[in-house]
Amino acid sequence: MTDATSLSFVRSAVIPEQRPPHRVSGPLVWMRENLFSSLLNTVLTIVFLGVVGWVLPGFIRFVLLTPVWVASSSKDCSADLLQHPVGACWGFIDAHFGYLFYGQYPAGERWRVNLFYALEALGIVWILLPKAPFKSAGLAFFFLLFPVIGFVLLSGMPIIGLSTVQTHYWGGFLVTIVISTVGIVASLPIGVVLALGRRSAMPIARLVSVIMIEFVRGVPLITVLFMANVMFPLFVPDGWRPDSLLRVLVGVGFFSAAYMAEAVRGGLQAIPRGQYEAAQALGLGYWQMMIKIILPQALKIVIPNIVNNFIGLFKDTTLVAIVGIFDFLRTIQASLSDPNWRSGQMPLAAYLFAAFVYFIFCYGMARYSLSMERRLQTGNRH
Amino acid sequence: MSIQANAKHQDPKVVFYNDPKIRSLFFQCFLLIAFLALFYFAYDNTVANLKKRNIAQGFAFWNVEAGFDISQTLIPYSAASSYGRAFWVGLLNTLLVSGLSIFFATIIGVVIGVLRLSKNWVVSRLAALYIEVFRNVPLLLVLYFWYGAVLSNLPEPRDSIAIPGDIWLNSRGLLVPRPVMLDQFWVVSLSVLLAVLAGIAVHRHARRKQAETGERLPAGWISTLLIVGVPLAVYFAVGQPLGLDLPVKGRFNINGGLNLAPELVAMVVGLSTYTAAFIAEAVRAGVVAVSKGQTEAAHSLGLTDGQTLRLVVMPQALRVIVPPLNSEFLSLTKNSSLGVSIGYPDLVNVFTGTVLNQTGQAVEMVSVTMLVYLTFSLLTSAFMNWFNTRVALVER
Repeated sequence: MTDATSLSFVRSAVIPEQRPPHRVSGPLVWMRENLFSSLLNTVLTIVFLGVVGWVLPGFIRFVLLTPVWVASSSKDCSADLLQHPVGACWGFIDAHFGYLFYGQYPAGERWRVNLFYALEALGIVWILLPKAPFKSAGLAFFFLLFPVIGFVLLSGMPIIGLSTVQTHYWGGFLVTIVISTVGIVASLPIGVVLALGRRSAMPIARLVSVIMIEFVRGVPLITVLFMANVMFPLFVPDGWRPDSLLRVLVGVGFFSAAYMAEAVRGGLQAIPRGQYEAAQALGLGYWQMMIKIILPQALKIVIPNIVNNFIGLFKDTTLVAIVGIFDFLRTIQASLSDPNWRSGQMPLAAYLFAAFVYFIFCYGMARYSLSMERRLQTGNRH
Repeated sequence: MSIQANAKHQDPKVVFYNDPKIRSLFFQCFLLIAFLALFYFAYDNTVANLKKRNIAQGFAFWNVEAGFDISQTLIPYSAASSYGRAFWVGLLNTLLVSGLSIFFATIIGVVIGVLRLSKNWVVSRLAALYIEVFRNVPLLLVLYFWYGAVLSNLPEPRDSIAIPGDIWLNSRGLLVPRPVMLDQFWVVSLSVLLAVLAGIAVHRHARRKQAETGERLPAGWISTLLIVGVPLAVYFAVGQPLGLDLPVKGRFNINGGLNLAPELVAMVVGLSTYTAAFIAEAVRAGVVAVSKGQTEAAHSLGLTDGQTLRLVVMPQALRVIVPPLNSEFLSLTKNSSLGVSIGYPDLVNVFTGTVLNQTGQAVEMVSVTMLVYLTFSLLTSAFMNWFNTRVALVER
């Protein structure tokens, strides 16, 4: 009875060898599983590949194969005059390159802008690279030293031999970078203070913070810019006459600070109560507790959100064009209305170039935020 | 033992400036005074500046004749109308473009979000490409692209592009058939309303019956039949009381129909293609947030794919999707203020633009405009709070 052979479900004979399953890996199997697994999938694959096959060759031809690289006016890019089809008129970008990246900054002083770009790049890489040494020195450089150096460098200081350049000569990509840098540098500290205020035990501090944050988040950036542009000069004594770029910077700074405050608040909420209690038990005061214990952890958690806010800020700098500041996109628009370069095909090439520039910066930041997210996740996995 | 005996409860003596209560009180008073001082400073300067520049104050301008034309008006308006009327025209234009864009952005966004989740590599990569491109370029550039590079390159009216369904596209915008309601149309409208009410009743009845007997009625089919069938039947019964004013192509021009201005078309296309990318991400995140175990459990209970999606995955995914979706709708509404950049006559363009330039009353115009958008966002967050209490996880 207990003999194993008498049980019917125990196999007594060795089964013959079987052939290995037919193709479990390889490109064909991958295609069968991923592209043609069902009728619907097959149809979708064919339709989408068809669309790609229809659009992509034309796009590549337009952008890379048949464009005009050097031109002195729209005539050099006209298919009618050249008597053969032409693609994008990159000559337009080439001819306006200085204007698009430096605005009307005096040609002899452009090395100052280049140095500014280089210092900015240094500061950003220093802060963002997780393995870069002397992190706190990098933070001090970017948030304290760099704004001063950058300001002196760009607007000039006759005593040390840098001639003064008025802000209405600044333009193009320079203004885009200046506005987003000021937005970033100003919004983080103000945002942290607002977020702390919103979670404070003091009712008046809480009320003031909530009003500021919710008011700014409830209205479009354009109205904030209009407010900064037309109302701000009314708020100050008549003699002050704030610079038009400065007005916009104040508006952008406030706007991004409110959004930053909400991101930081998320981080503060995620810190367990025990951390606060432990810090208090050690006898730390409020600011010591926040600066030494809570904020380093809270800010680290929300780095992805902060970077996403930066992406939004970088894209939103384009709106300053509406109140008359010549940022990168506005200089492209202005170059397009140049009578020498008027042509129906020109905007497409110009906008493609603008999209390319914005995309590189925003996508770079997005990838960084994603990689930080992954890093932080593994850090928390036990 | 001795410690207990000696311990008399006594507050530690601190100097008054180290007492947390006094500190907090002092700090708050300081903050309040600083805030009020700042306000007073701004107010005082504003009054002085306005007087110096001879700018009027208050809302007396509201009933003054505006004296400018607006290219697109949903309510009767002419240059002889008042500034107040211009405000309503601008507000309605903002609502129109936001409403249309929300409609299209939701459709495109949900489709792209679902395609992004597809197991089909080609499809999901292309959806990802769409999302990445639109998420990483500024909205203003997208609007310029549609307006300046696409719509302004369309042919003149004589070479209009025909789209099936009597729709024409040319450099003056989009021409679509204009519905004309005839006398008996109200009967059809009434029948739609009644059919919807009947559909709701059927659903309630079916739910009660299922709770009592376990028997499932095909309520979905019945109500679809009611809502589609009844109005159609009524429509034909009363003799098709809906006419269409079709755009007809002549030799040089197109007559009739409803002409949608290129600015409106560019705004709707731009806002919806841009916001769709964000909606797609919200949809994807919501569906991914429902753990795989839920799907597997539903399958092992014997639910079909459709039932699993409808009864198990969707209700849980919606809880994650709706809050970001809602804030996307709100930011779309705020972004519609970019109409000013391509000349669409929205609230900001009309009110903070033209009216402000004519009257010079910056404080009033900017405040009213901000108030309108603040109202939108307060309404949205009120809806969100209501929704969150409704769908919040009820744990036993």
